[in-house]
Amino acid sequence: MTAFFQSLGMSYDWAWFVATVCGILLIALPLLLGVAMIIYADRKIWAAMALRRGPNVVGPFGLLQSFADGLKVFLQETIIPSAANKGIFLIAPIVTFTVALMAWAVIPFNSGAVLADINVGLLYVLAISSLGVYGTIMAGWASNSKYPFFSAMRASAQMISYEVSIGFILICVVLWAGTFNMNDIVKAQEGHVLGIFNGFVFNPLLFPMWVMFLISSLAETQRAPFDLTEAESELVAGYQTEYSSMAFAAYWLGEYANVLLMCALNTTLFFGGWLPPLDIPFLYVVPGFVWFLLKVLFFFFVFSWVKATVPRYRYDQLMRLGWKVFLPVSLGFVVLVSGYLMLTRYAV
Amino acid sequence: MIHVIAFYLFAVMTIASGAITILSRNPVHSVLWLILAFFNAAGLMVLAGAEFIAMLLVIVYVGAVAVLFLFVVMMLDIDFAELRAGFVKYFPFGALVALVLLAEIVLGVGAYKAGAIQLGTPDGTAATPVGMTNIQAIGALLYSRYLFLFEAAGIILLVAMIGAIVLTHRQRGDVRGQKIGKQVSRRPGDATVNVKPEIGKGVSL
Repeated sequence: MTAFFQSLGMSYDWAWFVATVCGILLIALPLLLGVAMIIYADRKIWAAMALRRGPNVVGPFGLLQSFADGLKVFLQETIIPSAANKGIFLIAPIVTFTVALMAWAVIPFNSGAVLADINVGLLYVLAISSLGVYGTIMAGWASNSKYPFFSAMRASAQMISYEVSIGFILICVVLWAGTFNMNDIVKAQEGHVLGIFNGFVFNPLLFPMWVMFLISSLAETQRAPFDLTEAESELVAGYQTEYSSMAFAAYWLGEYANVLLMCALNTTLFFGGWLPPLDIPFLYVVPGFVWFLLKVLFFFFVFSWVKATVPRYRYDQLMRLGWKVFLPVSLGFVVLVSGYLMLTRYAV
Repeated sequence: MIHVIAFYLFAVMTIASGAITILSRNPVHSVLWLILAFFNAAGLMVLAGAEFIAMLLVIVYVGAVAVLFLFVVMMLDIDFAELRAGFVKYFPFGALVALVLLAEIVLGVGAYKAGAIQLGTPDGTAATPVGMTNIQAIGALLYSRYLFLFEAAGIILLVAMIGAIVLTHRQRGDVRGQKIGKQVSRRPGDATVNVKPEIGKGVSL
């Protein structure tokens, strides 16, 4: 894009600046629109699985439901509890929302269509996703209320636990791809298995890693069955209990943007990103962006499906799964994958 | 030009948020300012061309260590009047720590200028070889020249981790934990009996 703005007669620096700002807008605005639609889709899927109709009043098929909700929330009064720590209480939703958008900078939408094509892309994603917990903790503490505080404690313990195993899973992927750059990770998956299948998921050594990554990403985004931070039977609405109006909406949007990010990560790391599923020439006629979007939507459907069907975990079961099952297994696979690569690729 | 502005921005922010970390009256605010300091330090690392270390700084310190700090501090009930009362008493000790740190900084800078250890070049340019990314450069150095030191560090960390687990782990006899394996391997036949009692007789189990 920089080249395009340069051709309009700008100097390189200005062209780069304008291109980056345009890139940010090109990602953030469709993402927000996408989040609105994905909330609608989530409610529809959930309703369909419970044999209900779901939102069907506002607009054709209820398509405008999310916008109506947004308008309603926008017009509400912002209430700040008198005992709350005002500054942090107001910053917390902004942190959640910003962090949810930041990680999208390194997701490749098509061959080379990345905002920031940096060589530590995956580490950047890890760094940003580890920040997500601050929005929750700050909200829980600043609300100065019991339920949000419990929720914040749970959230921090949960996210730290699952980040450990996510780290090991990502190491396996990085070892196989040989790079941290997201675009190159996608390229490394081209014809990965038998020269036909695009995607690390078809590799028998990495398939278990993908299963664990999917479950960990559910835990990381605090989706059902790991939505203990907002378990309504115990904690009212969790860390959001004291929030109203736009601050509440910021949490909502941030949460779904995070879910979409995890879907995009599943796609990019294991399902070949913008590559078609099979390495056959005529499949490349469809633009990469379409494949990427289809895969992300497929994963979102899986997330909704899980939410509609699986009962919530108990807290000790969640911790057990994270520390006693995922951590040892993923650590074992790091050894296994690196050993296999050592024997085959780098032959000792 | 822009890097100079960015450098001073990050540097001033790092020092300012570090200062507020110490001066802040509320411990939770202190930790949050500390996190901002970590962030700006990461920004400085990126400016120095060490993006790998910058990312690790954010992942390890901001993502894990500071969360645990916050976790502990939020649950503590700290009485600040009491803490401040001890200020005069602990002042000599604090001054001593400050002196030691100052001496370390002076020594470190001196040693770096002398170029005794080939970590980087004394004029401040990055030591990364041309045509190699940060990660490759660090990997190549860690796994060849500093292999034994690296492994020794790993072993020390492992020992520390096992030590911490052994020290804090205690077996409580009165807790009935969930045995998942036993639960999963249980079949309907083990737990239920199918009886056909005569009408009016009832069942004795």
